[in-house]
Amino acid sequence: MKQDIILAGVGGQGILSIAYVIDNAALAEGLAFKQAEVHGMAQRGGAVQSHMRLSDGRIWSDLIPKGEADMILSVEPLEALRYLDTLRPDGIVVTSSTPFRNIPDYPDLDQVLAALRKAPRTVVVDSEKLAKEAGTVKAQNIVLLGAASSFLILKEASLLQTIEALFRGRGPTVLEANLKAFELGKKAAQAS
Amino acid sequence: MSRQILLGDEAVALGAVQAGLSAAYSYPGTPASEILEYLVRLSGEAKAFRAVWSVNEKVAYEEALGVSFAGKRSLVSFKHVGLNVAADPFMNSAITGANGGFLVVSADDPGMHSSQNEQDSRYYVDFAKIFGYEPSDHQEAYDMTREAYDLSETLGLPVLMRLVTRLSHSRAAVETREPRPQNELKKGAARDWILLPVNARRRFAQLLDRQAEMVRLSEESRFNTLQLNDGDRSLGVIASGIAYNYFREAVAKDAAPPAFLKISTYPLPVDLIRRLVDHVDTVLVFEDGYPFIERQLRGLFGVPGKTILGKMNGPVPASGELSPDIVRKALGRDPLPSIAASGLPLAGRPPQLCVGCPHADTFKALNKALEGLIGANVFSDIGCYTLGALPPYNAIHSCVCMGASVSMARGAADVGLYPAVSVIGDSTFAHSGITPLLSAARADADMTVIILDNATTAMTGGQPTYGSGEALLRLVEGLGVPKEHLRTIEPLPKNHETSVQIIKDELAHHGLSVIVAVRECVQEQRKKRS
Repeated sequence: MKQDIILAGVGGQGILSIAYVIDNAALAEGLAFKQAEVHGMAQRGGAVQSHMRLSDGRIWSDLIPKGEADMILSVEPLEALRYLDTLRPDGIVVTSSTPFRNIPDYPDLDQVLAALRKAPRTVVVDSEKLAKEAGTVKAQNIVLLGAASSFLILKEASLLQTIEALFRGRGPTVLEANLKAFELGKKAAQAS
Repeated sequence: MSRQILLGDEAVALGAVQAGLSAAYSYPGTPASEILEYLVRLSGEAKAFRAVWSVNEKVAYEEALGVSFAGKRSLVSFKHVGLNVAADPFMNSAITGANGGFLVVSADDPGMHSSQNEQDSRYYVDFAKIFGYEPSDHQEAYDMTREAYDLSETLGLPVLMRLVTRLSHSRAAVETREPRPQNELKKGAARDWILLPVNARRRFAQLLDRQAEMVRLSEESRFNTLQLNDGDRSLGVIASGIAYNYFREAVAKDAAPPAFLKISTYPLPVDLIRRLVDHVDTVLVFEDGYPFIERQLRGLFGVPGKTILGKMNGPVPASGELSPDIVRKALGRDPLPSIAASGLPLAGRPPQLCVGCPHADTFKALNKALEGLIGANVFSDIGCYTLGALPPYNAIHSCVCMGASVSMARGAADVGLYPAVSVIGDSTFAHSGITPLLSAARADADMTVIILDNATTAMTGGQPTYGSGEALLRLVEGLGVPKEHLRTIEPLPKNHETSVQIIKDELAHHGLSVIVAVRECVQEQRKKRS
């Protein structure tokens, strides 16, 4: 059993928090994992990605070979599209439909979403709307994690436990908002 | 025993602490920053050891060397180019030797994710003639660090750990072991540590005498693995450090993978290499960075009767970061099936200055002040403000190494380039800008230095700086910069006109001016608020 996930987004969108939750859930479940991430210059509003590998056996490479990714999980649609060719022929794309436009030549959003829907399975959620509904627009990353949760080889309970651990220190409002964001993301994915 | 989630950088840091570390020093630089970040956090809880952000890598190295002199275990860490800054004490510490265990961690950046070159620290291991480790994963990074301290004390030499970005910034679970207590104070012997020629000659001879022992240690190291394949002698693979993972990934489903030798220690394990080369017809070498192993294997004339393949003759690209895909291809294996790229043009998303960044206002004012001044040149430096090179600012014309903005502006001004402007951050100024400014002040060079004082080392995540605010102004004045040409601006949109005028005035002054642009980094402000 293994699962390779490309986490994608723009620096500052909370990719590393998603990775943190998955890492800790994997540790709790006794799975092996390796998770390569981007630090430094690219974090200043640039494209960032994290290679997240889960397995019940040995994991060799920190990077996911092209054609091995089981899932692209992206907080931003253009960033999801950037890694489409790493996906296995039976892979799944879970992405936000909310564009992050900090570049002058951002492509036509409808074309981007149409291209993403060419993957064998694509789940698109309006993370901005759902995060606002949950109580904070900052929780878009957790909306996406919720949307992906039914497709992960990890138990939902392990993910929720880590989310609690991650946000407990930031007060009950923030924690509640993130738990709700997870739930709304999960429901939106199931409905799509 | 416990399992912890650690970055590669953190696995080294925790290994050092549990090996009895007494003090660690560093200057921030991607991908090494997280080593000392982690040590600062750990020491904050227990205060059992010192973890210090130093003013630059040379100072950090010498501070760590002082710890070793005192008999305690020490660590110095930096990015690969930081070792250039520390090269003087580094080379000489191979002659003094180490008293307390001394680990030098140099994190290379193949592919230049956040660097200006992809130099390979293994050449420094060879240059100094010391022992080096190159872990392939997190557990090795931890285990090698534990071992490195014992080895450093056995050999009486500093030991270097080479990391690469991909391991530094990857997370995995690590099994940790019982910590070892710190050493007692025990001074080094003066006759070893006074590098007068009479002592240095003797010490260098001793270093040379230990080389054979180090090769033997490398040959016997549990971190190097030789696996032959009697059924197929056509190809053998040598893979070092993280490249070994990519190789094993590519052959993971093979019933009988090609013969291979994993190398994780230096000097090279000669006997293991000989056994692999004798066993096969063709040797393919995978190493992230320069062809360090491949070049030694080839020598000048190659290996008679054998074919050596690698970065020097094509199958592996000579530059850039290795990847599982590159290694797979070099092994002659078909790519895995994958979904086709969409074909839509994928607009790049380069890094950029944050919204509200003070540097943005400074660059806008500088660009305005320089309008119409044909021949103007802005020498920049290492930091967030290097992003001033990108649109919409297009504000700088050079970025070379820490502090070079000041010294290069001086040189260019000396031969008539006008106006010569230097742009340097407060942390970079403390690191390597003070001495060239002292030099420029003595000569009253016709140049304008703009110090961007945002009160932090921003690009690497907000480490403390040594000269900011009033202390910075007093420091600059003390270097001999005339008081009337030491100006400050507050880079804010509302102050644009004032800033432009001040910069214009100082550009018009044919002598040295320093303008300090004072406004706190917006990321740091945000951290304080939350």
